[in-house]
Amino acid sequence: MRHSPGVAAPPQQDTAQAMKLLVPVKRVVDYNVKVRVKADGTGVETANVKMSMNPFDEIAVEEAVRLKEKGAATEIIAVSIGPAAAAEQIRTALAMGADRGILVEVEGAVEPLAVAKLLKAIIMKEEPGLIILGKQAIDDDMNATGQMLAALMGWGQGTFASKVELAADSVTVTREVDGGLETVKLTLPAIVTADLRLNEPRYASLPNIMKARKKPIENLKPADLGVDASPRLTTLKVEEPPKRQAGRKVGSVAELVDKLRNEAKVI
Amino acid sequence: MASYTAPLRDMRFLLNEFVDPERLRALPGCAEIGPDLVDPILDQAATLCSEVLFPINRSGDEEGCTLANGTVSTPAGFKEAWAQFRDGGWPSLACDPEYGGQGIPKSVGLLIEEMICSANMSFGMYPGLSHGAYSALLKHGTDELRATYLEKLVSGEWMGTMCLTEPQCGTDLGLIRTRAIPAEDGSFRITGNKIFISAGEHDLSENILHLVLAKLPDAPPGTRGISLFLVPKFLPTPDGRPGARNGVTCTGLEHKMGIKASATCALAFEDAQGWLVGRPHKGLSAMFTMMNEARLSVGVQGLGLAEVSYQNAVAYARERLQGRALNGSANTDKPADPILVHPDVRRMLLTMRAEIEGCRALAMWVSLEQDIATLHPDAATREAADDLVQLMTPIIKAYLTDVGWEATAMGMQVLGGHGYIRDWGMEQFVRDARIAQIYEGTNGIQALDLVGRKMGAHTGRYLRRFFHPVLAYIEAKSENEPLGEFILPLSKAFGRLQQATAELARRGFSDPFEAGAGASDYLKLFGLTALAYVWTRMAEIALQKPDDDFYRAKLATARFFMARILPRSTGHAAAVMAGGATLRAMEDAMF
Repeated sequence: MRHSPGVAAPPQQDTAQAMKLLVPVKRVVDYNVKVRVKADGTGVETANVKMSMNPFDEIAVEEAVRLKEKGAATEIIAVSIGPAAAAEQIRTALAMGADRGILVEVEGAVEPLAVAKLLKAIIMKEEPGLIILGKQAIDDDMNATGQMLAALMGWGQGTFASKVELAADSVTVTREVDGGLETVKLTLPAIVTADLRLNEPRYASLPNIMKARKKPIENLKPADLGVDASPRLTTLKVEEPPKRQAGRKVGSVAELVDKLRNEAKVI
Repeated sequence: MASYTAPLRDMRFLLNEFVDPERLRALPGCAEIGPDLVDPILDQAATLCSEVLFPINRSGDEEGCTLANGTVSTPAGFKEAWAQFRDGGWPSLACDPEYGGQGIPKSVGLLIEEMICSANMSFGMYPGLSHGAYSALLKHGTDELRATYLEKLVSGEWMGTMCLTEPQCGTDLGLIRTRAIPAEDGSFRITGNKIFISAGEHDLSENILHLVLAKLPDAPPGTRGISLFLVPKFLPTPDGRPGARNGVTCTGLEHKMGIKASATCALAFEDAQGWLVGRPHKGLSAMFTMMNEARLSVGVQGLGLAEVSYQNAVAYARERLQGRALNGSANTDKPADPILVHPDVRRMLLTMRAEIEGCRALAMWVSLEQDIATLHPDAATREAADDLVQLMTPIIKAYLTDVGWEATAMGMQVLGGHGYIRDWGMEQFVRDARIAQIYEGTNGIQALDLVGRKMGAHTGRYLRRFFHPVLAYIEAKSENEPLGEFILPLSKAFGRLQQATAELARRGFSDPFEAGAGASDYLKLFGLTALAYVWTRMAEIALQKPDDDFYRAKLATARFFMARILPRSTGHAAAVMAGGATLRAMEDAMF
């Protein structure tokens, strides 16, 4: 077991009786949608496209709700950083069982570093004991926000979590790594990012969807948090990957080796 | 393998743009009905339909229900799916908050009903029947019955049925033989045999509440002597749990063409304890007050199956490579073109789509009027809305279920031989769709209802609720140049409908055979004209947004409807005008 000591002074936590969880959720193109690149190559088509909560974030919300149901946490705050419509994804989290939401309204592209800085500012305000994020968002597959946030906070991180056990002052995270499973124990407060096998998110019940409307969502702008969220990267061009070519049958092993060497040039 | 994605974009268009959402929000209890409440509900229902109900649609069809020792087992996965549906609170959606319901209006609920029917029509039968029983008890049950049973139905803990049909009586309920004998404690003892009872026996819930039509000893003959009774499978204990077994048993399970995972039961009632619902001998009218609602729902079953068939036909037409486009290929790197390029495949897909989107709009309009007819504080407004619902209900039931049958058959045709074999799931949609034209009053009965009851009601007052606003709309838009290409065919169809109405009324007045002879074609003509009206109104909205693909597709589909489907109204009008002479000319013995 590894022990990751926290660097920043942990926020005041009485006991597990006052354990706040923070779950960032991102608005992305629904995983069922076949994404199309815009004709002008500036990005992907999002007009008239179904948008949903990033599936890994759904797993993060589910984990937080289970921790609260077990009595290991007392409050769940869902945060989204994105367009005004991202309030829909916060409502989804509220319907699953989060208690309140914070929407940081940013138009246009938001990069992981900006998100991590905004989250840091929210953490300083809210002082949660544990942050659970999706390991990555399915739109840009950056896989960076959780790690950047941990670095900015100087806190321990348990990424690619497939099991999370929360204790009063630590969290034990089983991570999915290339060689198998790795277990780390982090001092709270800490950052966890959720992998696919952590849990299977619930379907929000109809009464909870109705109740979610009454739960509060606080609206903020990056300036309210003293963060400059403007992009540091420029997208030059977005294009579809080359179409897969039809396969070919080869007559013999010798022909296969020849083609791999001289045509595909992979050996 | 087939798949299903709820048409949420189109549904939101109808809710937020096609009907005036303020009319819904103005109703008592509906102030909060807006996109921020309805969108997440539709989203979650859509997910549930795609991920829980659709995956057991075909397996349920293959396995069917089984009866052993009086107990019916639903196919694998149905119990779990029902538990998920029930625990999610979905049976309570359109129910009264006083009994634990969520109070969502019918017009929103109907969209979710469509999704359920697309995903798994057999599954949808169970909550559908329960909701019918709920409505009957809510409107006609005594306080005591409501207190005992309604919350159980709303939560989905207990489920319900409607027991009308008997071996000797289907359409003609006056022939009912089931008897109800008064008992000393104020309840009744019910004895008789019922058939074709959907959800009559199953393993989804711990108790089943049968609403049974039966005759009291002093009943007048015919339909004026029928009473309605509540007969639970298990008599409830004082603390509301299922107690002693009542005298009702499942004696048989029908083997059907479709909806095989829906248990269609023969039930024997033997001295079963029941309670009167509504007044003695007024059972049929108690049933009829909720018939409009049920018939709208059945219409939507046809719509739901047409939609899922369309989605899968389109997916196949994009992928399947056969033959070359008639005007030269755009896919020279492939051995053939996708069949979507062929004009006849496009004709089939567009026919399906134009009928589906038109019917969905029509159902949305009428179900909003139904909400107004139920909830509006002003009596005159309620009456006006109810008149339109009364008029349009047989049209929606028959027209939409005919579309269900025709469109699913067309979807199958798009897949050719692959549509006919079971693997692709297309033939199941055809088989499942067929029943909707038959039950809840056959489509022929719907046509008779339109011509015999609705057309002449209150000296044409029902008819005026449709004719006046449509005429006013045509006149108001006559100068609207871009809309002209829609207004012109609409007004022609409308003219034909007016003429056919006058002629049918004139002839039918002196000779009822003539009214019956023209009824089915008249209903089709009416349905096509109503669709032309809703398509014109949708086109009017779409014309405002020429740069958005959703509205461009709407407009293209509207144009197809006017050019290629609405002309059918000419044929139906001609058939009405031809009268019943040729139906009489053939002597009975010659058939």
